[in-house]
Amino acid sequence: MHDLAAITALGGSEPRVDTVADVTCTEVPDVALASVTARSSQETKAQKALTKLIGVTTPDIGRFAGDPVSAFWTGPDQWMVEAPFETHEDLAQQVKDAVGGTASVTEQTDAWTRFDLNGARVLAVLELLCPLNARKMAEGDAARAAIHHLGCFVLCHSPDAFSVYGPRSSAGSLHHTITTAMKAAL
Amino acid sequence: MIIPHPLLGPRDSSEFVYLGDASLIDRPDWQAENAAEAFYDYAYLRGNPAGEHHELWYHEGGDRSWLVVTRNTVTHEISKVELARDVARAQGRSK
Repeated sequence: MHDLAAITALGGSEPRVDTVADVTCTEVPDVALASVTARSSQETKAQKALTKLIGVTTPDIGRFAGDPVSAFWTGPDQWMVEAPFETHEDLAQQVKDAVGGTASVTEQTDAWTRFDLNGARVLAVLELLCPLNARKMAEGDAARAAIHHLGCFVLCHSPDAFSVYGPRSSAGSLHHTITTAMKAAL
Repeated sequence: MIIPHPLLGPRDSSEFVYLGDASLIDRPDWQAENAAEAFYDYAYLRGNPAGEHHELWYHEGGDRSWLVVTRNTVTHEISKVELARDVARAQGRSK
């Protein structure tokens, strides 16, 4: 048995937490991810299977829903499923078992890194980061946007709590641009 | 320039990548008698209208969908935006 030390996307043994004024950026490593793409002419069946898995209606365009297994819309007939890593390490297999032949599923856990942004003035930070109209985003909204030339997902939990998913291999660059924007905006 | 995305609403054109004439989705049948001629037309010949033009745009900074945008090349007015897959399906294509 190998005795390997788990590290986060930023290379630390503990998730990085950065606070500037009243906004906190927290690295969130304990999330399992899997992407789901409905196959041609199987869209309705795939949506039904996904609804059963996440316990609520499959999220519509630009939305996310479900707990503890949730899904967010990434494109036409495409979703990303997220769940706690601790209990859903084999999420891709669980999703594949749920959707069967109606959709293609890809393991995404180690492809992405997540930063949670919390604080009263988080919107000021997002305004610097991405072209999304973050002030118009409501609880449950999810959108893809380019941040620092990286294709990222932005999820709105409330007007002062957002999650940003970015490519894990560029975690350092994404963290740099988020903390730079925090220092500039606050 | 703002492109009204059919699913996501108005988005800045900087989120998109331009590919070219929308006729690129009408790939000729490679088994046809006149395939060589058809592919010559497909690959090299383009209309260059001063006016309404159908073009392919890719929403790279968004949901990664391909769009067929109808744009006036003189005024930049965008009169219609459709998902490319809907355009292809409307022509009887399955993929």
